[in-house]
Amino acid sequence: MSANIRSPEGPLGAGVPAPDFRLHRSPDQAVSLRDFRGRPVILAFYPADWSPVCGDQMALYNEVLPEFQRYGAELLGVSVDGVWCHAAFARDRKLHFPLLADFEPKGAVARRYGVYREGDGFTERALFVIDGDGVIRWSNVSPLGVNPGADGILRALEALARDRMPA
Amino acid sequence: MSRRDTAALLALAVGERDHIQGPADAPVTLVEYGDYECPHCGRAYPIIKELRKRMGRRLRFVYRNFPLRESHPHAQHAAEAAEAAGAQGKFWEMHDRLFERQFALDDEYLVEYAGDLGLDIARFREELATGVYEPRVREDFRSGVLSGVNGTPTFFVNGVRHDDAWELEPLAAALERAVATPESPPGTAPDPA
Repeated sequence: MSANIRSPEGPLGAGVPAPDFRLHRSPDQAVSLRDFRGRPVILAFYPADWSPVCGDQMALYNEVLPEFQRYGAELLGVSVDGVWCHAAFARDRKLHFPLLADFEPKGAVARRYGVYREGDGFTERALFVIDGDGVIRWSNVSPLGVNPGADGILRALEALARDRMPA
Repeated sequence: MSRRDTAALLALAVGERDHIQGPADAPVTLVEYGDYECPHCGRAYPIIKELRKRMGRRLRFVYRNFPLRESHPHAQHAAEAAEAAGAQGKFWEMHDRLFERQFALDDEYLVEYAGDLGLDIARFREELATGVYEPRVREDFRSGVLSGVNGTPTFFVNGVRHDDAWELEPLAAALERAVATPESPPGTAPDPA
């Protein structure tokens, strides 16, 4: 692994409007962040398909998906891998959520979120929970080899749901 | 690189709702989040037995469900079967049976085991079919996610996630260390309820 060259500004934090994007989720389908207005979005940037820890992390999210869905939240995985690689990976791991290809220009979306690793050519292992108005409410960057788990995401979704409850 | 900078803590304190082996005032509580169809949990099962034998009344053991349904198609029903057996006073007997017969967890086998344990089969079958214990298993699962359980088995020693190996000796050493460190971290106090 090369030196830890992080984005100069660091990851976007809570309170910042989430930059919109349009990325392919399959060879013939693209999604935009704004498609999900009105409900929470979990953006999970991960370094690469197939690498062991990412596999564990994505497998865990696949299991926890029903818990995310109880908050009406949409989970989107993002890496710099291409659509065909994503398709093979998702099929192999039986993933039930979309993997987006931040492939061309490479890492452009990750850069805007402040989580692209210039020296490595892939993204940080970074999580963003975005509310229904498109504002980042929670973000987290983990060491590359560490599975960040899902507890932070669940707590952020819970806080969001609490805030939406009428007083 | 497999551990966090700060140790994850058990989010749901051990309490009345739990399945517990060993005395309430034991100096060490070991909580396992497990999956009856997970081969690693199957390998951990005799290790826990041995630890309980070694530590005797100094150890309290708690088992919670963390079925990985996407990887293990029988895990959810097996977890519900153990809960259904628990409702008839035979949780640990079923827990043991499931880990000893991990290779045979289809519903027909679950019912067979219930019969072997002398349970009311009609009730067992009905409760399994209607998912009576599904919410309880989900509650366990959710408490695991909130505690930083990322896979199975995951152990907590006095409320702190055990990130070292869970082979017999390292786990035994961790438990002995916990005995020697009487200060309990938060989240381990028994539920007063």
